[in-house]
Amino acid sequence: MPEAPYQIPTMAEMKSKGEIPEVLFWVGCAGSFDDRYKRVTLAFVKILNAAQIRFAVLGTEETCTGDPARRAGNEFLFQMQATNNIQVLNGYGIKKIVTACPHCFNTIKNEYPELGGNYEVIHHSAFLQQLITEGKIKFTGGAFKGKKITYHDSCYLGRANNIYEAPRSVLEALDADLVEMKRCRTTGLCCGAGGAQMFKEPEKGFKDINVERTEEAISTGATTIAVACPFCMTMMSDGVKNKNRESDVQVKDLAELIIEAQG
Amino acid sequence: MVQQIAFIITLGVAVYFIRKRILLIRSTIKLGKEKIINDNKSARFKNLLLVAFGQKKMFKRPIPAILHLFIYVGFLVINLEVLEFVIDGLFGTHRIFAPYLGGFYNVLMNLFEFLAVAVLLSCVFFLIRRNILKVKRFWATEMNGWPRLDANIILLTEIVLMIAILTMNASDQVLQERLSDHYPATGALLFSSLLVPSFQSLDTATLIFIERAAWWFHIVGILAFSVYITYSKHLHIFLGFPNTYFAKLEPKGHMENMPVVTNEVKMMLGIADANAVSSATPGRFGAKDVNDLSWNNLLAAYSCTECGRCTAECPANITGKKLSPRKIMMDTRDRMEEVGTSLAKNGSGLNDGKSLLGDYITKEEINACTSCNACVEACPVLINPLEIILELRRYVAMEESGAPSAWNSMFQNIETNFAPWKFSPSDRFNWANELKK
Repeated sequence: MPEAPYQIPTMAEMKSKGEIPEVLFWVGCAGSFDDRYKRVTLAFVKILNAAQIRFAVLGTEETCTGDPARRAGNEFLFQMQATNNIQVLNGYGIKKIVTACPHCFNTIKNEYPELGGNYEVIHHSAFLQQLITEGKIKFTGGAFKGKKITYHDSCYLGRANNIYEAPRSVLEALDADLVEMKRCRTTGLCCGAGGAQMFKEPEKGFKDINVERTEEAISTGATTIAVACPFCMTMMSDGVKNKNRESDVQVKDLAELIIEAQG
Repeated sequence: MVQQIAFIITLGVAVYFIRKRILLIRSTIKLGKEKIINDNKSARFKNLLLVAFGQKKMFKRPIPAILHLFIYVGFLVINLEVLEFVIDGLFGTHRIFAPYLGGFYNVLMNLFEFLAVAVLLSCVFFLIRRNILKVKRFWATEMNGWPRLDANIILLTEIVLMIAILTMNASDQVLQERLSDHYPATGALLFSSLLVPSFQSLDTATLIFIERAAWWFHIVGILAFSVYITYSKHLHIFLGFPNTYFAKLEPKGHMENMPVVTNEVKMMLGIADANAVSSATPGRFGAKDVNDLSWNNLLAAYSCTECGRCTAECPANITGKKLSPRKIMMDTRDRMEEVGTSLAKNGSGLNDGKSLLGDYITKEEINACTSCNACVEACPVLINPLEIILELRRYVAMEESGAPSAWNSMFQNIETNFAPWKFSPSDRFNWANELKK
């Protein structure tokens, strides 16, 4: 479809043409189905197109990595998912995977090797950082100058995989005024959704974790809370709603911010 | 001679009890599942050196780190003096090293005294932090009763033991002037000499009594304390070291694989490796009791000194949920002690009708965990409460099918729709329609 503005080839299409992509974009369930995070998927695809990255997606062949099942204790279901996914990935001879979900990232990178899936796995924050360094993402400039942005560390990127600087360097490239919360990097407070919490109500307590975290983010004076994870996106957005600050505080993914900066 | 006999008996009794406890602790840790940890020795030694010897993680909070460092160095160095105590006690000598070491003995003694004072003051500060300033993490519910008393006993004992050293040295210095034949010269001792003026007025017999009493008090105190430690959270002074060595090296996000399940899944999918060894009895999935955890998890429970840095960082705990990673470790240890002690008396052990999950740790606690690894990151001796929580969850989900109903729905969605939400798998690629237009 050379006339279409954006290319989103699937692995099946590529294979039928005898092509091999540079990288597989693993969209993830949230990126595929969650209305809010679909916008992140679209933003990332736009960037990949603009940077002329030869990528592909699995389309309907992609399934849940099994992360929430494993964290909730259902190892059978996790391994069923993992084994099936690995068969598909290995079938296509995938070598390199990029994903905008830290949970998918962690599972494919750290847990698939033991089950026979060995790939170079990159989170989109590191991928974006690389594209910026290589000059493949260009900014028309100034959209974020002087704007306060705070970055909320995803546990599955940060503590789980020691990725603290890539998302921050993306934000710095936007020329934004990056302000840190007191609890950041290794001591960053969870949004409350990890470990399959996303899929049930919290236990009884005196406060919701996302509200606690959102209060901290808002107290920095930032008008944008940058996130790099679909679950953090949901939790922080709900937190902002809870605080009735939707009019002046926005929750955005790194890829969306790059698109905004490009005007 | 009487003193020598008394000393040998005292030492023998202490060694007997310490040995008994070490054997019990060893066999209790061995209740855990086998796990071979012999990879990447250099990275493990690095953890041991930096985190245990170097106290690296303590320095995230500088004030307690410095106070703790004084007590830690004091413990390592003052124990050299205990060697002299033991030799003197066995052979009826007095300060046996003094004549051999000469001027260096004075340097050593002054170093010991400096550390004794530093330990003493640090312990006083710690008592104030715990009991007067009431630092929040020391007042969580799991600290009520014995754990808080245990902490205070440790600090008070250390203070009293340090006072004994200083008293002994002060009276010894006066006796060196009066009975130089029996009391070898140590040279001036900076800190205890401050006490000397108040000792000068006492008669020699009283001084001899005070010196001996302080000596006996110190050595008996140390021996008794050594036995006490094996029952106490203070065991971290020994087990913290191996715990850092055997700590997990994989990225924190990595969750332990279950090879038993891998075999079954591959058989179900018809892709089983013909050479795969199928274990006859897969045993229990996940953990219900301490013997379902790895020995490494159990060692960690004995290494925990209940500082509560994990709990202070836990998002669930901060927002009022029942989960406390410190309590997970304390419960594991309490259950291990219960089983281990029972087995030592030929009791019912694990078959006492109780279990770690249910009688100690509730589902409400483990369900509240976000697996964020804040507790793991916070621990100064690399304890991993998350591993235990996740193993308990595995038991609940796979053996009891007792996961929260919302999770069961999520499982069902993944099974039927290949996504944790109820969306049709054929719609998975619909997000692209907008851009394809």
